[in-house]
Amino acid sequence: MGLALSVGLIAWYIVGYVWTLPPTVTISNTPGSANLTLQTVASYGRPPHPDWVSYLVKNEQGQWVHSTVWQVPANSIIHVTVLQYDGASGLRNPFLSQPRGVIGGVMSVNGRLLHVLPDALASHTFTIPDLGVNVPLKGVGDNAPNQCAVTPCTLSQAHVTVKFAFRTGKRGWYRWQCFVPCAAGWIFGNGGPMQTVGWMDGYLKVV
Amino acid sequence: MDDRRMLTRIGIVWAVLSVIGILGVIFLLGPHMPPGRESHNASDQTQVNILLSVIMTPIVILVWVVFGYSMLNFRQRGEQIEDGAPIRGNSTIQVGWVSTTATIVLFLAAIGTYELVEIGSTASGAGAAGGQGPTPISVPTDHPLQVQVIAQQWQFTYRYPQYGGIETFSLVLPVNRTVQFNVTSLDVIHSFWAYQLGVKADAVPGANNIAFVRTKETKSFEIRCAELCGLWHGYMSARGEVVSGAKFSAWIQRQQVLNAPAMHYVPPYRKIYFPQPYGRAG
Amino acid sequence: MSQVETASRKGQGQSLLRQPNIIYGLIGLVVGYAIGDWIGGQMASRFDFVAAMDYNDISVYLGYILGTIGYIAGLGFLSYPFARVRGVPPSQEPKTDTGWKRYLGLSVDHKVIGLQYLLGIGVFFFIGGLNAMLIRTELLRPSAPLFSPGQYLTIVGLHGSMMVMMVSSIILGPFGHYLVPIMIGTKRMAFPRMESLSFWLTPLSGLVLLTTMQYGGFPTGWTGYPSLANQADLGMDGYIFAFALIGMAMILNAVNMIATILNHRAPGLTWNRLPIFVWSMLTTSVLMLLGPPMLLAGLLMEALDRTASTTFFLAPSGGSPFLFQNLFWFFGHPEVYILALPGFGIVLEILPVFARKPLWAYRLAVAGLVGVTLLSFMVWQHHLFVSGINSDLRPFYMFTTELISVPTGFIFIVGMGTLWRARIRYTVPMLFALAFFFNFLIGGISGVFLSDVPSDVSLHGSYFVMAHFHYTIMGGLIFAFFGGLYYWLPKMAGVTLNETLAKIHFWTMFVFFNSTFLPLFAVGMLGMPRRVSTYAPKLETLNEWVSISAYLLFCSMLVFLANFVWSLFVARNPAEANPWHSRGIEWQLPTPVPLETYEQVPTILAGPYEYGIPNAQPVIQLGGPATIAGD
Repeated sequence: MGLALSVGLIAWYIVGYVWTLPPTVTISNTPGSANLTLQTVASYGRPPHPDWVSYLVKNEQGQWVHSTVWQVPANSIIHVTVLQYDGASGLRNPFLSQPRGVIGGVMSVNGRLLHVLPDALASHTFTIPDLGVNVPLKGVGDNAPNQCAVTPCTLSQAHVTVKFAFRTGKRGWYRWQCFVPCAAGWIFGNGGPMQTVGWMDGYLKVV
Repeated sequence: MDDRRMLTRIGIVWAVLSVIGILGVIFLLGPHMPPGRESHNASDQTQVNILLSVIMTPIVILVWVVFGYSMLNFRQRGEQIEDGAPIRGNSTIQVGWVSTTATIVLFLAAIGTYELVEIGSTASGAGAAGGQGPTPISVPTDHPLQVQVIAQQWQFTYRYPQYGGIETFSLVLPVNRTVQFNVTSLDVIHSFWAYQLGVKADAVPGANNIAFVRTKETKSFEIRCAELCGLWHGYMSARGEVVSGAKFSAWIQRQQVLNAPAMHYVPPYRKIYFPQPYGRAG
Repeated sequence: MSQVETASRKGQGQSLLRQPNIIYGLIGLVVGYAIGDWIGGQMASRFDFVAAMDYNDISVYLGYILGTIGYIAGLGFLSYPFARVRGVPPSQEPKTDTGWKRYLGLSVDHKVIGLQYLLGIGVFFFIGGLNAMLIRTELLRPSAPLFSPGQYLTIVGLHGSMMVMMVSSIILGPFGHYLVPIMIGTKRMAFPRMESLSFWLTPLSGLVLLTTMQYGGFPTGWTGYPSLANQADLGMDGYIFAFALIGMAMILNAVNMIATILNHRAPGLTWNRLPIFVWSMLTTSVLMLLGPPMLLAGLLMEALDRTASTTFFLAPSGGSPFLFQNLFWFFGHPEVYILALPGFGIVLEILPVFARKPLWAYRLAVAGLVGVTLLSFMVWQHHLFVSGINSDLRPFYMFTTELISVPTGFIFIVGMGTLWRARIRYTVPMLFALAFFFNFLIGGISGVFLSDVPSDVSLHGSYFVMAHFHYTIMGGLIFAFFGGLYYWLPKMAGVTLNETLAKIHFWTMFVFFNSTFLPLFAVGMLGMPRRVSTYAPKLETLNEWVSISAYLLFCSMLVFLANFVWSLFVARNPAEANPWHSRGIEWQLPTPVPLETYEQVPTILAGPYEYGIPNAQPVIQLGGPATIAGD
């Protein structure tokens, strides 16, 4: 009897563990276009991992949500604004320093249109491999004043604003990730948040 | 019924089923046998697979027929427990089995070794397409196209050193050409698997793994990562293309123009790149 | 006699809290873990990288180590060593007799340990199976993930780890420990306390594996390759520690088994009369003795890489990920033969009983077991054929790998010979033994494809490999395990299992096992790599079929579980002493087997497979070596 109970408990524990996709945040339900606003922070500042770097998304009500699964309409243009609060660590593969798969082939960094970003200045990237989208995100300078340490970061703190747009096509789940090894503490920087959906990786649910 | 007659019956059944089986393997399974015939190497591998299946078929049928015959005919009839025939062994059969299986094994090993060692001028053999490390058994003599496959978490990129070290996100190859893949990784162990080309080579950080392919048809092929490399291992896939020589040149030139801004920052071509704790691998 | 009586009277009245047992073991585990965790925090939490990761590998390792010590102390394993240090003379602990309480702690009765193993491993086998159901659920659809991919990889790793680590002892544990002393005519193993320790480390290892989920899981699958292992979360440390525990348990098991079989055979038990099952335990133990030390070396290096900033496996600092692959597979390949050889032993043990014939070509069978054992140390690079090993090595390892199929083939000819002119009784154990041959044939033949390098180039790392090892391990070992269970449970537990449910279990398991894994050969040949949660859309139908079959396979296991629980705990129909009319030594003893098994040293008069031989001697003469007949 005790054995059966413990097996049942273990089974419940395993199933509970495994079902942990972050909640899907709907960006827009109207077809044709959507505005995706993101912020990247150096430390999340709250449990379960206060020191982990993370993306956050602004939902339809204007609140910042800690989720990396976003729902956007198919066959539409997605206008992305990234408020980048983290410092630069540099691209492992500088080939990713050029924005690709974006409309016009350019990204706007603090208002200036750029075709390429010097690789050492990249703090993160926003990359959707299956859509061919790759945008390097410029980092905040090391001695910029008023840096944000803990979420949610506000517009008054030091940040870089990156804007770009891309098109979605068919419906489906598209994975996205960051390509800068920005996980501090792990050797070669690809551990922890870089390998966990909900932090520096996620899904774009195109419906 | 004495042993000789039973064995003769079994022998006849086995022979008939084996012939049917072998014909089925060659004609029904053969055209669909993976990995297909999209490259010379893949064709060779398919031939090896067909040969192996043909050799294995009579063995499997023999075991099935003998077991099946025994299970049907040598049963206890009725409730009374009876003893079977007290046979301890048969040295003829034992020696025959050992020597036959050993011979088959030696034969297979010989064929396999031949496929691995013969590389010829165009590296179109079956074994050439598997990662052979930095010192392959022999190098083809027809100036292969050099393609470096850089695996990183979680996407493949490719560099063409003979075209100025241009790096691209997609793999395009010219047809009827020997290609040398230099596979390496920037972080963890991945594996470059071009399914229809019959190429598989592990991408190990700090090592250069060489595989060859001789392209044959202008079709596309599936690329997958075949070694667990972390979160998006299953999603690390793409499609590559084999195109005509003219299209290939045009494509490379277009890539050189399109990617010029990024190439400014890409380190010079090397066989191995070492990732720094933070920042560029070079 | 009186010593036993006193001991048993002591055992009867004892409350659960008066003697060391698993409850104290668990308390010791938690206390030890907390102390180790605290020490690790003191040592390492001020380092930058520990603070940035929010993880402290050092405190986890220290926690596990001290927790293990606490667990062992709580179970009572340290009292005898400390007594010896104090100067108490060496003594043999008497077996206590009654009650279910003796299953909860250190026991020196090999029969108790055998049953402890059965339940301890069985629990983790089912949990591993549950993980497999989760995997197949994710694979129902190629897109639209059900689980987060990181958690999915942990479930894949847990399934593999639990199955390989726990199930490696699924035959040697329950059946080896219970039956080998009986089969060689002795009343205990060579080192009874160590035997109990090797059991108790096993559920601890399973528990450590379960805690990996709490710590972020591990992304490497059961093979634990660096450099991925270096960048993994804390769960990786749990994997490393659990595997190290199992490695140590394997070595302890092996030493015990080899010493027992070599030294404790009763008079008259020559090597020619040794039951084939005991031969398989001996050869398995040789593998278990020589393989795990390499594994422990590799795991230790990986642990140091993760805690002490060494770079054994990090290329940029002069290390090499290849090193781990070689260390691991030097153990890993003997490991899979640790999984296969006991299966051979059981089916060759069962076949003569239900064919009522001697084991055909007994010496060839032994040669097969020994040949596999020797060759299994010479083939490990076949896991690395496309990894970039020196190309000159590939023909050699291809040859040795193909050569190992020759001794494996001996088992098949022995099986075929044993069935020739037999009088087969289709009992449930016999059905499982015959199914073993069917499954292992498919598994073995697919192995020939994988051993051939040109063919392996496309098949390596794909679902073809998955189907191959599931056919050999599950179709082989697990089918043999169930055959052995249905065969020996009447002797071990004294109750009969319901025959109708048993036959339903067999047929559903056989059909659904094949329907689950046969299509996976095709899936692999069509280009699906291993350990993925998504795949090419054209493979969706095949994957759906496999998943549904897998659910039905799990249901067949539930049928077994129902039968097991019902027969053992509810119906409790007592079994007769020799329901199968077998000549095996264990069946000449009464059921239940007496506490001391043999009151006097028995004499073995003949081999156990002398069915149908006119004027065959009985296999054993109980009651002492009055005369030593035959040799």
